[in-house]
Amino acid sequence: MKNFKISKNMKDNVITYGIVIAAYVIMQILVSTGHVSSLMQGLLVPLCVYVILAVSLNLTVGILGELSLGHAGFMCVGAFAGAFFSKCMKNVITFGLIRFVLAILIGAVAAGIIGFLIGMPVLRLRGDYLAIVTLAFGEIIKSIINVLYIGKDSRGLHFSTKDSLSLGLEPEGDVIINGAQGITGTPKDSTFTIGIILIILTLIIVLNLIHSRDGRAIMSIRDNLIAAESIGINITKYKLMAFSISAALAGVAGVLYSHNLNSLMATPKNFGYNMSIMILVFVVLGGIGNIRGSIISAVVLTLLPELLRGLSNYRMLIYSVVLIVMMLFNWSPKLIDLRKRYSLKRLLKKNREVQ
Amino acid sequence: MKKFKKAVSLLAAAAMTATMLSACGGSDANQGADTQEAAGAETTESAGGTETSESTGASFKIGAIGPSTGGAAVYGIAVQNGADLAVKEINAAGGINGHQIEYNFQDDECDNEKSVNAYNTLKDWGMQMLVGTTTSGCCIAVAAESANDNLFQLTPSGSSVDILKDNDNVFQVCFTDPNQGVGAAQYIGTNAVAEKVAVIYDSSDVYSSGIYEKFAQEAANQPFEIVSAEAFTADNKTDFSVQLQKAKDAGAELIFLPIYYTEASLILTQANGMGYAPKFFGCDGLDGILNVKNFDTALAEGVMLLTPFAADAEDEATKSFVSAYQEAYGDTPNQFAADAYDAVYILKAALEKSGAAPDESVSDICEKLKGAMVEITVDGLTGEAMSWDSDGAVNKAPKAMEIVNGNYSLIQ
Amino acid sequence: MSFISYLINGISLGSVYAIIALGYTMVYGIAKMLNFAHGDVIMVGGFTIFFAVSMQGLPAFVGVLLAVILCTLLGITIEYIAYRPLRQAASSLAVLITAIGVSYFLQNIALLIFGANTKAFTSVVTIPAVKLANDQIIISGETIVTIISCIVIMIGLSLFINKTKAGQAMLAVSEDKGAAQLMGINVNGTISLTFAIGSALAAIAGMLLCSAYPSLTPYTGSMPGIKAFVAAVFGGIGSIPGALIGGIVLGIIEILGKAYISSQMADAIVFMVLIVVLLVKPTGILGRKIQEKV
Repeated sequence: MKNFKISKNMKDNVITYGIVIAAYVIMQILVSTGHVSSLMQGLLVPLCVYVILAVSLNLTVGILGELSLGHAGFMCVGAFAGAFFSKCMKNVITFGLIRFVLAILIGAVAAGIIGFLIGMPVLRLRGDYLAIVTLAFGEIIKSIINVLYIGKDSRGLHFSTKDSLSLGLEPEGDVIINGAQGITGTPKDSTFTIGIILIILTLIIVLNLIHSRDGRAIMSIRDNLIAAESIGINITKYKLMAFSISAALAGVAGVLYSHNLNSLMATPKNFGYNMSIMILVFVVLGGIGNIRGSIISAVVLTLLPELLRGLSNYRMLIYSVVLIVMMLFNWSPKLIDLRKRYSLKRLLKKNREVQ
Repeated sequence: MKKFKKAVSLLAAAAMTATMLSACGGSDANQGADTQEAAGAETTESAGGTETSESTGASFKIGAIGPSTGGAAVYGIAVQNGADLAVKEINAAGGINGHQIEYNFQDDECDNEKSVNAYNTLKDWGMQMLVGTTTSGCCIAVAAESANDNLFQLTPSGSSVDILKDNDNVFQVCFTDPNQGVGAAQYIGTNAVAEKVAVIYDSSDVYSSGIYEKFAQEAANQPFEIVSAEAFTADNKTDFSVQLQKAKDAGAELIFLPIYYTEASLILTQANGMGYAPKFFGCDGLDGILNVKNFDTALAEGVMLLTPFAADAEDEATKSFVSAYQEAYGDTPNQFAADAYDAVYILKAALEKSGAAPDESVSDICEKLKGAMVEITVDGLTGEAMSWDSDGAVNKAPKAMEIVNGNYSLIQ
Repeated sequence: MSFISYLINGISLGSVYAIIALGYTMVYGIAKMLNFAHGDVIMVGGFTIFFAVSMQGLPAFVGVLLAVILCTLLGITIEYIAYRPLRQAASSLAVLITAIGVSYFLQNIALLIFGANTKAFTSVVTIPAVKLANDQIIISGETIVTIISCIVIMIGLSLFINKTKAGQAMLAVSEDKGAAQLMGINVNGTISLTFAIGSALAAIAGMLLCSAYPSLTPYTGSMPGIKAFVAAVFGGIGSIPGALIGGIVLGIIEILGKAYISSQMADAIVFMVLIVVLLVKPTGILGRKIQEKV
């Protein structure tokens, strides 16, 4: 029985990795033969970003079972930490890859630390209260970044929370983070290959965590907190562990995001609660706790508005309708019943015929 | 359930293949020249792009980008319509050097990443010149891409200096932020409009905080004093009572509003509710305040603004533009629409000057246009005798307007 | 003196949050779902009144009535189409996501119908402002009306829930849907009624929000909606007096934070206080203690 279970997990994981690698190989072949539109090429890195975000949030929502609406905040921390580092080191470390790897590490560590610090007090809240507090933290992070001014000149770094004039920079000094105007001129280091490698790393971390002893402890907290506590599982430790790993991975996604665009600003659109909710949509639509589902729904929902561009002004309207319909289709108990009764049977029959 | 997931992944794969296939059509996938009529184009695209239109090669392809959904939609839609109107006029009058223009507008939701997606969509469509983007933040991100492709970009309303920095392919129709901030400070100083000045600005907006910064810098050299500088953010822009109260307590005679008219209309209403009546002074973002549907224009009486365009101006060009715009889109145009309208005509002038032809490569057209831009002088809605430096900034005289009896009037 | 006027501004902003929060908390208390589309129903209410009063020239009370009717129908329809099929879903998050879908839908449909241009809303309140202390302190008519309506609605709702049969049915449904059904309560009907009342309140909130801050766009409702959600949690979500207190406290903190700490950080300050309150009292000011059982 035990063997069977492991092999099933293995099979499941292999399929997940397989999908990612297959997608990579197919895209690389198509790109090199020139069969991919500029739009798709431009979307490759963002797709990686959203996949990582969805998988990492699934760790909090699906595996730990806590609702977090502040995921974009951690992404924001990672993005700014990474971009800040890259911009400072632009002329010091000229070899792009090394600089970028360091930036990713810095982004991950920064977001992980913030996740840990936030997680410590708030993870004792439950349900919707935790959701609102994480939302609050996400908004606070965004607000703070929007009033942060950091400049660099020969005397070192200067900080201010008022405006770039009060930094008192020397004339040749450089404003690195310019408040709401953010960071401009981040080197464009993100590539699809690095994105895919990061996705695979994320999957390795998350999938191995799920199937480890720690992962089972985390899931026991999700399934029954009191029972888990009564058998001696250290609730705080495991909650914090899952939450900080999830935050650190979001930070990685943030670094990837910030090195894909020339200008980085913390707007309500990209790092506000709207984005946190969007990531949650990926997770819920793909199936809570289902890692592969998160990957697929992140890809589908990121592509959808771009594919709908032909509809011009009706684009976002249709998008919202599709979202509602997909949710009903995926989650409504009645429709699930219907699906089981009809389409599955037919699919099974077809499968048998094929076999 | 598992089968279903498989079905979904198949579907996703199918969708991806569809996009890629449609891309096989490359630059000539026919998406409809006009986004207004492009609602049906999706079917063409997802059908696999087999329906490739005959590549006429005889028309210029101009793309435009701006937010047509989301909180900043008002600006993007204005650009969409303004450029559309100019394209239609030019086509009706015989095109540029005898070539017609194809026009395609893409939504960016005022998000940097979406803006790059919109840019790539337009590239797939075969865009040769870009009128965009509408907002400054997105424009910085897109300018980096267009510089990389050496594609000529003319932004109607992206006013940040970072747009021009290191990008010699990008030109602006509007003033840069520092230009506006310094201009406003000098105007207030030299005309002795006030001695105590308060500022209310949007610290989360590139445009607004950019102007404020330069205004504050220049104010140090001017014979007036900034007595209070208060900010608001995109998430907190309905209640201005505190900012107004502070200005009032500091005894400000004039409030400088380097912000857009949506928020300014609320500030005017709330100041009136408080019984506080200082002078208000704004930049080009304030234009449009008189056209807010149902707005009590009496509140805006005496508001001064430095703007290149006013929809109520009496000159012939503005009048015909405004009436054509109202007829076509049912709204009064604001400054963004005028900037975009001008942008298309500036492109026309530059193309005519350079003698570029539509069958040249994007990069060749860009090189020719870069050369032509510094030579041409264009009279437009947003300025007379506009000319450009090679770094892309526009030279034109700002006009100071005052709202008198519910109309803009030029201050001499 | 300026402190007092900040305080009054805070109360007037808070009363707008409070009236939105009342609708939020009502739906949450009974249907146990966060209705993210609530803010957008408010926007629909605002546009209805704008269309009826400012564009068609109808009297203000007719416009308000129309808005209440339309929003009520809208609320029932949304519940029927988008939320009811998911009530028995495996996770309560599913319905949260459809609520977000509905929110996008309402915003985009309003964008297509009314366009993106800002509309100036003519206040439907005709009460003049109260001026005190030599015109130093001004309490606007809108503030007075909003506070009075808040209190009236709060008392009305409390009476309705505690004294009427339908209200008792709501309480029963909120305690235990299954048991309520066994006692012969029409659960679907009761939840529909909850949404009808919540949406009618949203229409009134829309009227007051747009009267106090007369600028109307398709996105008008979303930020106040989130703030009101925060206010509802602040006061203890599900508690009707809690929503009122939460809203007013939130408004006062926001204004005082803006005035004395930083105008850019106003939201951050509000959220900071919220976090502190929730850490001390995990279910909000007036929230009920949750007992957990194995």
